[in-house]
Amino acid sequence: MTVPSLLTTADLDRLIRMLADGGYTCVGPALRDGAIVYDEIGGVADLPAGWTDVQDAGRYRLERRGDGALFGYNVGAHSWKKYLFPPAEQLWRIPRATDTIRPLTPPQHPVRHAFIGVRGCDLAAIGIQGRVFGHGEHGDGRYAARRDAAFVVAVNCTMAGGTCFCTSMGTGPAAGPGYDLALTELVDADRHGFVVDAGSERGAALLERLACPAAGDAEIADARARVDETAGRMGRTLATDGLREVLLRQLDSPHWDEVGERCLACANCTLVCPTCFCSSVEDVSDLDGSHAERWRRWDSCFNPGFSHIHGGEVRNSTGARYRQWLTHKLATWHDQFGTSGCVGCGRCVTWCPVGIDLTAEAARLREREDSA
Amino acid sequence: MDLRPKLAVFKFASCDGCQLSLLDCEDELLALAASIEIANFAEASSAVIEGPYDLALVEGSITTPHDADRILEVRRQSRVLVTIGACATAGGIQALRNFGSVEEYTRIVYAKPSYISTLATSTPIADHVKVDYELRGCPVNKHQLLEVISAFLNHRAPRVAAHSVCVECKARGITCVMVARGEPCLGPVTHAGCGALCPAYDRPCFGCYGPKELANPAALGEWARTALGADAATVRRQFQTFNAWAEPFRTEGRRDD
Repeated sequence: MTVPSLLTTADLDRLIRMLADGGYTCVGPALRDGAIVYDEIGGVADLPAGWTDVQDAGRYRLERRGDGALFGYNVGAHSWKKYLFPPAEQLWRIPRATDTIRPLTPPQHPVRHAFIGVRGCDLAAIGIQGRVFGHGEHGDGRYAARRDAAFVVAVNCTMAGGTCFCTSMGTGPAAGPGYDLALTELVDADRHGFVVDAGSERGAALLERLACPAAGDAEIADARARVDETAGRMGRTLATDGLREVLLRQLDSPHWDEVGERCLACANCTLVCPTCFCSSVEDVSDLDGSHAERWRRWDSCFNPGFSHIHGGEVRNSTGARYRQWLTHKLATWHDQFGTSGCVGCGRCVTWCPVGIDLTAEAARLREREDSA
Repeated sequence: MDLRPKLAVFKFASCDGCQLSLLDCEDELLALAASIEIANFAEASSAVIEGPYDLALVEGSITTPHDADRILEVRRQSRVLVTIGACATAGGIQALRNFGSVEEYTRIVYAKPSYISTLATSTPIADHVKVDYELRGCPVNKHQLLEVISAFLNHRAPRVAAHSVCVECKARGITCVMVARGEPCLGPVTHAGCGALCPAYDRPCFGCYGPKELANPAALGEWARTALGADAATVRRQFQTFNAWAEPFRTEGRRDD
């Protein structure tokens, strides 16, 4: 284990440029359209310095901080999954052939991404999607290639947002394994620096090339204390104890249809969720029938057609679709993939247009069982 | 002998915008004309080849007794009948008359109302004849229109998603205008198809494509009034535009009437 380094803002800028020079497309938090999203960045000047976000159920606003913190906000409007599991991807195309059917797979040149500013919850989500797509005999080689190529610079959170509950899910505020480098930002009136840890050999090699001084014991302790304090400031909590069993006992609860009366079945929660992985596959043909293409697109258990089989839709009420989503996310995900499907990032709560709160609905189901 | 299927385009009460979407397919028009015989399309050519037709695209709503008869004949002449646009699929903006008194409107607008022969309502084509497929939008998206024709030519189902506009916003990486700015947006209850055109220009969705499957405008309206502080009249008006007569927008647009 290497000793953590102490970086200045200028050092962080050098780090981003070294990654770019090394052939990585650097993506990180950036201000766009009234929100912090993930987009291509060239250096620290592109980061949302001095901005923070205020998040609540169905509400997101940017605000000015009193300082120049580069990572003084929580997770953004989108998740990193758009880079590893793109919203639309061509799987193959096939020209009309006279004799044989030979689909052409598009050439694979996976972009090597460097993700700058991945929070603990999001790193856990990348791990979960990696297990989903790498699962069994039919792993998705494209996902694996993109994930393996990605360089991850994590950020340990030193503030918690209004819809954060990573401590409930055990995914933060300190980033867990899977990062190449992890930063903790120290920002005060008289200093601005980053304590940086390496989590992989390539991370350690990059840190060595940066040649920054080792962080002192005081700085390391300060960084740790800020992250520890953050754990006590979560905007939400989710009681996970026995939750799988509670939900599976509540499959016939009238509560699902009550949520269905508020829910828009618009699919926003599943699309912002960093672990939701459902897709549909569709074939496209052109007017003269000379070629066809097969595309994979993001889908959602809230979308019409998702559960369509011979005879119709299996889940044809919004309540049934919400139940499917919540019980898969928090209960049957354990059976399928060995963990919860929720990382506590709070995006489904913030970005629900009508503020339906997963933590509140789970708590209500538990109460209903207790009071029954 | 020409073996191409015969296409006809018919217009009822409408602005012509949807059929113009077909002419707007400039790059694809030659391929289209090679695959299908454009037999009856007054907007494109005065040369009319008589029916019957293999595929009829019907634009517009039924607003007069004459049109109520004419659509029956169009149906008789058409093997496959596809309605295109909000007028044909929902009654259009002119269905606002359904909420008022057409006699009163006629008195106010026309010097000699006695010349006007009109129905009390503007109704979608499917209220009058069997429709094989409905393509939504005000106007329809030309790529979706080509997709419907292409699917017809290739004997397959059209690839037209019925989910919300939100799915298009998220796929494009557009930040939600409702959550990030507090502006009531019809995206969560509206059928996709436009590619999230308005949110891409920082504007809430107008609902041009009408209600999506399992649309819940009551819950959206409730949130707009309570959490976003929109006044009730503004919320009602949002639902009373191009698809005002389509349920469940119709009910929500009449809330507290």
